[in-house]
Amino acid sequence: MTEHMLTIDGQRIPFTEGQTIIEAATAAGVYIPHLCHNPEFKPHGSCKLCTVKVNGRNCSACTFPAADGQEVLNNTQELNETRRTITQMLFIEGNHFCPSCEKSGNCQLQAVGYYLNMLDAHFPFFYPSREVDASHQEVMLDRDRCILCELCVRASRDVDGKNVFALSGRGINSHLIVNSTTGKLKDTDISVDDKAVHVCPVGAILIKRKGFEVPIGERIYDGQDIGQVSLEHEMPIVEEAEHGR
Amino acid sequence: MAGKIKVATTSLAGCFGCHMSFLDIDERILALAEIAEFDRSPLTDIKHCSDQVDIGLVEGGLCNAENVHTLREFRESCKILVAVGACAINGGLPAMRNHIPLQECLEESYLDAVGVENPQIPNDVELPLLLNKVHPIHEVVKVDYFLPGCPPSADVFWKFLTDLASGAEPSLPYELVHYD
Amino acid sequence: MPSTPSDMKTIADIVARHDADPTRLVQILRDVQSTFRHIPAAVMDRLAAQLSIDRAQVQAVTEFYTFFSTEPRGRFDILISDSITDHMLGSREIAAYLCECLGVTPGQTRADGQVSVDFTSCTGMCEQGPAGLVNGYALTKLTRDRVERIVELVNDDTPVSQWPREFFAVKDNIHRADLVLGTKLQPGSALRWMFQRGLDSTLDEIAKSGLRGRGGAGFGTAMKWKFCREATGSAERFVVCNADEGEPGTFKDRVLLQSYAHQVFEGMTVCGAVIGARRGYLYLRGEYLYLHEPLNAVLAERRRAGLLGSNIIGRPDFEFDIEIRIGAGAYICGEESALIESMEGKRGVPRNRPPYPVTNGYLDQPTVVNNVETFAAAALIALKGGAWFSAAGTEKSKGTKILSIAGDCARPGIYEYPFGTTMAQILADCGGTGAMGLQIGGPSGIFIGAQEFERVLGFEDLPTGGSFMIFDQRRDVLEIVRNFTHFFAHESCGFCTPCRVGTSLLKNQLDKICAGHGGKADLAELKHISKLVRATSHCGLGQTAANPILSTLERFPEQYEQRLKAISFEPGFDLDGALEVARRMSGRDDAHAHLAQEA
Repeated sequence: MTEHMLTIDGQRIPFTEGQTIIEAATAAGVYIPHLCHNPEFKPHGSCKLCTVKVNGRNCSACTFPAADGQEVLNNTQELNETRRTITQMLFIEGNHFCPSCEKSGNCQLQAVGYYLNMLDAHFPFFYPSREVDASHQEVMLDRDRCILCELCVRASRDVDGKNVFALSGRGINSHLIVNSTTGKLKDTDISVDDKAVHVCPVGAILIKRKGFEVPIGERIYDGQDIGQVSLEHEMPIVEEAEHGR
Repeated sequence: MAGKIKVATTSLAGCFGCHMSFLDIDERILALAEIAEFDRSPLTDIKHCSDQVDIGLVEGGLCNAENVHTLREFRESCKILVAVGACAINGGLPAMRNHIPLQECLEESYLDAVGVENPQIPNDVELPLLLNKVHPIHEVVKVDYFLPGCPPSADVFWKFLTDLASGAEPSLPYELVHYD
Repeated sequence: MPSTPSDMKTIADIVARHDADPTRLVQILRDVQSTFRHIPAAVMDRLAAQLSIDRAQVQAVTEFYTFFSTEPRGRFDILISDSITDHMLGSREIAAYLCECLGVTPGQTRADGQVSVDFTSCTGMCEQGPAGLVNGYALTKLTRDRVERIVELVNDDTPVSQWPREFFAVKDNIHRADLVLGTKLQPGSALRWMFQRGLDSTLDEIAKSGLRGRGGAGFGTAMKWKFCREATGSAERFVVCNADEGEPGTFKDRVLLQSYAHQVFEGMTVCGAVIGARRGYLYLRGEYLYLHEPLNAVLAERRRAGLLGSNIIGRPDFEFDIEIRIGAGAYICGEESALIESMEGKRGVPRNRPPYPVTNGYLDQPTVVNNVETFAAAALIALKGGAWFSAAGTEKSKGTKILSIAGDCARPGIYEYPFGTTMAQILADCGGTGAMGLQIGGPSGIFIGAQEFERVLGFEDLPTGGSFMIFDQRRDVLEIVRNFTHFFAHESCGFCTPCRVGTSLLKNQLDKICAGHGGKADLAELKHISKLVRATSHCGLGQTAANPILSTLERFPEQYEQRLKAISFEPGFDLDGALEVARRMSGRDDAHAHLAQEA
């Protein structure tokens, strides 16, 4: 079997048939910023943070299939500026007040902002009115922080088999809904052990009474940047999938 | 003392935490005093900027009309305007009232709340009127630099000011960038 | 609120009418909306149970399509088309007059529940506007007189079915017919030829014709059919006709469906035979509801004539039928994969590609999705051969293109031209010689100025799905761009960040500049956001949403610069207005109770 190869920023990266660009990159230890992607779930391609240039064309690395001879640009100033702007868009469309958020320090949105040296949100803020759902005994849903990545939707559907979450509405009014007559979490069969409760990259879905448990300085992104953390966590997952392929 | 950079600071809708954090540069303030001179600032109690200030640091966002006037005057006086801290950059905690209509906020505070005596909306002309929403300062004036954090650490102030004073483009290393 | 046993019976009947088929959710919700004037929460529960789907799916679909509402709309629900061409014909004034006479606020249902008025994206009646919809049915040529009649009819509670027919008259207005519009097709004749010639040779003829998709993207039709035909491992294949003609300014599919339906259905049937499909669907945009019954009548006629169903033209080996699915107000469903999602009873969100619909389309099966005009042309090519078609046009763009011409010209309507025709020729024919600029291909296309009128129609120069809007010297370029930019923000599906947030940012930024609050930096910012939205969006909607801004910035920079203030910065929101509530509540109006917009 001949080895498949592409290049990322000039570096030769091997890949196996069926892998996406981000999977090939992760397996080779190359970080491509992402938020809606999580190698445990079906690729989604909505946040666009993983935008790379493939043979001169912009593509989402998380959904685009790797192919022989692709020349991929990833860690360039232009792409990182684009990613920073996209991150800023995510900040202004929601209500992200890091100082009062339980997820601060462990939040991927924030960590991506740090990684991209985002110092401000640049755009005027939308300050939308979004509903907080504290109805459930153990799980909290704060839509102010939701970035519409649909990881909880995918986890609940594909892993928990419960379909607790869905995206509703359209355009800038898109929002996360809960699958119950009242629209409240308490009326679903969600449980604190569900995958859906643990995949939120931001502080939109939280387990109650766990906030601020880890002191500042010891939180995930206090010492390591998201590039290191992400590779450490995701490389084994991608490798396992590769062997199973 | 020619050659020293003039620094001014002001606090709008904030908690003074950023100013406190600035003071946390501790003994480095002596070194800073070698290269910088403080103009208008709550620290100096000077109420208005002198003609031209090199660097203006703004803590807090805009919650009322007075904040807007202060910020505009400040912008006018400062060559370089810096948004300091979460409130100046995204409205911060005060902006958490933004999803509640102002009318409800005022009614709850001055008319309907438990324990309110002689309920009335304050109307003294000396009192600044509240804006419908709290805004970060870049929505009203041009801002040149941003120092995130709640508050930004003393090292952030130190790094930023010494970079600027030395003529370098200020930059914050990874470990100094925080939104909390 | 529907809760009575008879209401529940009505819902059960609706579900039964649609065979309790969850892929028909959009159709079911259309019926619920038209029966109850909204989709009540209790009905969502009921539908979810009866269709065995998640309640969240019912809610999500309800909240996605603009023709559905969770709050009751009026018994007479009137929507006014908000296309720029309707604006130019006075739609905004007509709407204001209508609201005034009815005593309603746009977007709100009158207190007695009798009527609601709102705006909607282009209804495809651009050359006979101002246009609108009442309870889903197209209204044309709205005048003040008609508005007054409508107000009486509404207040007298006269059912829409008894309103004067002329209010609903939709004319074809064909001014120039060529190959596709000018060739008579005897129903069944193309099918007979196809079987005589053989399926392989028919596909060859389509290939020889050089026919490319008429929706705008221009993918080779024969290639698409071939890929679908060769897709392996599938249980079934499907033919889908994309009649979700949502690009503002386009109305040629409306005319094809109104007067050339046999030809369109015959083209779909040819495709069905070639790719080996047994089922075809026509996805009709909700705005063309008035065509639903006539189209069904044509389908019934074709079944009777042995042109649909089993044993088509006496061939026991060929079975094919067509069903009509109707949209519910979502431009994005014109994107083929979003259309497929909608057909499956979901929100119209474009899929990731690859895989493409030719291998993984409707119900994950190989599917050909083609535009109405493509099928109409394909039917004739099956009959007349590829050379007949490819003789017209240019090297890269074979055949003809049907244009929907609207705006500032003497004779708006339908014009079919060979590719390669110049803009100047087209303008001369339709009496648009005073044009200052043209929007080719709708808001997602480009805006060209008078110095470019020698450019030609074609994939190599000026491609278009059919929209052709003419603007003369009286028109304000920025107002046109603002209309288009608002349109995209309204129609973005919300899936990807750059389009979801970016189209709103573009809208706000452009409004700021147009309102006179922008400086040089604001213009640079507008360009910056435009480029990002274009470069990183998920689908064609986002990738083209900034085209109106970018193409006019390139050609008419002075129009933008004129609006700029010589300031470093001014807020994009109304600063003094932001004190209004506090002023009112404190009863103050002194000098300190106000703020100037400018520093």
